[in-house]
Amino acid sequence: MALIRFDGVAHSYSGHAEKPADYALQPMNFSWDDGGAYALLGPSGCGKSTLLNICSGLLKPSEGRVFFGDRDVTDLSPERRNIAQVFQFPVLYDSMSVYDNLAFPLRNRKVQRSHIDRRVREVAEMLDLGSVLKRRASGLGAELKQKISMGRGLVRDDTSAILFDEPLTVIDPQLKWRLRRQLKEVHKQFSHTMIYVTHDQIEALTFADKVVVMSDGEIVQVGTPQELFERPEHTFVGFFIGSPGMNFIECRIDGDSAVIGERRVSLSASQANAAAQAGSGDFKLGIRPEFVEAARPGEGFAARVTAVADMGEFHLVTADLDGNELKIKLPDAHAHIQDDTLHVQFPSEWLCLYHNERLIGHEVEVAA
Amino acid sequence: MNNNRFADNRAWFLVLPATLLVAFSSLIPFIAVVNYSLQIVFNMNTHSFVGWSTFHDALTNEEFRGALGRQVLFTAIVLAIEVPLGIGVALTMPRSGRAVGPIMVVLALPLLVPWNVVGLIWQIFARGDIGLFGAFVNNVLHINYNYATGSVSAWFTVVLMSVWHWTSLIALLCYAGLCAIPGAFYQAARIDGASRWAVFRFIELPKLRGVLTIAILLRFVYSFKVYAEPLTVTGGGPGSSTTFMTEMLTNTAIGQFAYGKAAAYGLLYFLIILLISYVFYIVLTRVGTSEGDQ
Amino acid sequence: MTIRRICLTLFILFLLIPIYWLVMMSFKSNTEITSQLTFFPKDWTLVHYHDIFNSGKWTGSFLHSLSYVALNVAITLPLAIPAAYAFSRYDFLADKHLFFWFLTNLMAPPAVFLIPYFQLYHSIHLFDTVYAVALAHTLFNLPLAVWILEGFMSGVPREIDETAYLDGYSLPRFFIKIFLPLIGSGIGVAAFFCFMFSWIELLLANTLTSSNAMPFATMMSSAFTASGTDWGILAAAGTLTLIPGVLVIWFVRHRIASGFALGRV
Repeated sequence: MALIRFDGVAHSYSGHAEKPADYALQPMNFSWDDGGAYALLGPSGCGKSTLLNICSGLLKPSEGRVFFGDRDVTDLSPERRNIAQVFQFPVLYDSMSVYDNLAFPLRNRKVQRSHIDRRVREVAEMLDLGSVLKRRASGLGAELKQKISMGRGLVRDDTSAILFDEPLTVIDPQLKWRLRRQLKEVHKQFSHTMIYVTHDQIEALTFADKVVVMSDGEIVQVGTPQELFERPEHTFVGFFIGSPGMNFIECRIDGDSAVIGERRVSLSASQANAAAQAGSGDFKLGIRPEFVEAARPGEGFAARVTAVADMGEFHLVTADLDGNELKIKLPDAHAHIQDDTLHVQFPSEWLCLYHNERLIGHEVEVAA
Repeated sequence: MNNNRFADNRAWFLVLPATLLVAFSSLIPFIAVVNYSLQIVFNMNTHSFVGWSTFHDALTNEEFRGALGRQVLFTAIVLAIEVPLGIGVALTMPRSGRAVGPIMVVLALPLLVPWNVVGLIWQIFARGDIGLFGAFVNNVLHINYNYATGSVSAWFTVVLMSVWHWTSLIALLCYAGLCAIPGAFYQAARIDGASRWAVFRFIELPKLRGVLTIAILLRFVYSFKVYAEPLTVTGGGPGSSTTFMTEMLTNTAIGQFAYGKAAAYGLLYFLIILLISYVFYIVLTRVGTSEGDQ
Repeated sequence: MTIRRICLTLFILFLLIPIYWLVMMSFKSNTEITSQLTFFPKDWTLVHYHDIFNSGKWTGSFLHSLSYVALNVAITLPLAIPAAYAFSRYDFLADKHLFFWFLTNLMAPPAVFLIPYFQLYHSIHLFDTVYAVALAHTLFNLPLAVWILEGFMSGVPREIDETAYLDGYSLPRFFIKIFLPLIGSGIGVAAFFCFMFSWIELLLANTLTSSNAMPFATMMSSAFTASGTDWGILAAAGTLTLIPGVLVIWFVRHRIASGFALGRV
């Protein structure tokens, strides 16, 4: 069941959008499933925070409607939506104790004292805040402060979704994993819908069941971490996810093969079909550095090696193939390189075909 | 001062010039004042030592106690009006837009008027015959108002003038403090369902503590030293109903040529300011930081 | 929203109307001032300004005021900047006590020091010069400037200093090339406050001068004479004292908000 549904939602901060460039968020239809753990991933300024603020109601979209279940909430203020939000920097009421901080949203809603007390203690227990309940919130470390911010969202009975806006920015790297694990536990226990904004792919891939990748105010792909890795639907996703990102090689289509320079790579039937239907435009082949294989001399493609970096468990080779930069991860690169030349081949099951930057000819697309 | 600093005593060379000048401007006169206060000066050349009795006289003197009482009352009244009003004005000011610049200029304007000109402005403005305000109160509201003859009118004028003169200082400081609060605090409060009052009480007021401490301290010190403005308007009268500490002191020193007495009064006066400032500072920095902390 | 705007407008009117009344009065003739209440001068006259500008005593005293204010700022800042840097960056013997002692001078009532000041400046032959007033005003302006600048300097991360020293900068070169530009707005704010407190102070300025360096504000008391008060010339003189302040604020109007927080928000 869809919990939050965007119906033609778009936003422009100037209020009057005429061309696509005027939008901070391009018009979109999108649904967030109830109980899902989503990561919203994208570079700075891609519109993730705008999207999040539209969900929470801090921002009213300039176009379209927002639904929670069947209810149109577009015009509802944040406190009347069942939503909590955790910000980039811990937002605490400095003059209050931890207990009072946690109780604040309930007190504002005139909940019974005994019920407040029970809820606060439950949430404190779950987040390991029991020992600091009486302390002033202002003196605590960033990790505890972020937990308190989160606790203020959990304490309400009606909270159905928690939105996180890059919540680990101010946390020490050693503590990040701990807080992230605690987040997952909370998610398992309460199955709130969680939307987690980040520009850090590791954070996104380890936290979420589903990752929503955004670029230039648009959602470019929604999928599991594995789908994003293996079948990026947009060259941006391929490039943005993975370290280093996907290789893209310009090519032209000839019948059922792609031609790079003088040499041909055979395409799958569905890829060839899609390419034929697509007609003209830019074609690119995409393949992850992990999936490129070394070939015997004379076979495959000859790439000129420009650098080899030892990354410990593998070598990262940078090579040039007809003007396209290739990154290749190999366990033992030096065994295959002769006279600065490395012969490579592209296994067809890992080869993706892109037409005007979008993935074509793959079953996933058909199935969706 | 932050705690994370280089330990180096050569830094004294950097503070030395400033220290010497401040010492010249304050230490030498200070020693002279202490010296006077322990003597009664008959004239500039022959004086006899009378020691602590001067201080004792000061504390029992009608003139001193009267001026101190009026001073404390005046300071208490203007702080009670100007602090809430200044916070209120800061809250009504727009955070951005074209109006901000001109509003700032108007607010800062009274602060840059020489103190006797502040007095002059109100002397004219509040007169019943040639002043808009005085004429309005007398002829439209039909309230008998004359600051030269009625002590209630005189107090009202002096307090209103202080509000006119200094509320902007508190408003500008608080405005700066409000502008520095990140938007996320307001957003979180909206999600938590906080009322406007709760936002003020639990977000804005705690975040303003630092600037409010500065504002209240400055206002306390300057209101306690008030001189030229009431002197210009009321001349300390009627009678001595608006004679505050500084005026009493200058009257004693220059009007009565009683330097020893004036010096002793002055030292006590300085001491009282230091003491109250210290108490203010301690209370303002502790309040809302230690309660509930174990 | 509209209630807020109305409240703010009322407060601004409260600030402006007394000033409006003063300025309008300066353009009225003395007979109009004393005979009737008018919101607007019936007959605009510049006679009071004419009188002031054609009197050497008035123009001279205006220049005296401007020069001791400028001198005071010129003395205060070069001494306050290194001192503030020391307080913000170094841990040295008795630093906290020294800082506190500086601040106590902000609280000192000048009235206490009138007689010793008078004698002190007499004995060093500076009495009745603009230098005396400029020096005397450092009593409160120097501690104030140190306090303001220390706030701004502590806002600059110490890593910047350390990096510069590692890059081989000497202290003076680092100070001029890197540090001063970083705290430019702090220096502006300190200068603004020194200007303000020196310009509006009267008690010391009045005590340390007689005829040769008489401040403008003291000169104004000459308009009260036994035969009556020359309200017109007083209003014109009062209006003139507003001008330097208005000019200064206009130049710093975009910095006022951060400036009034003294670098401490």
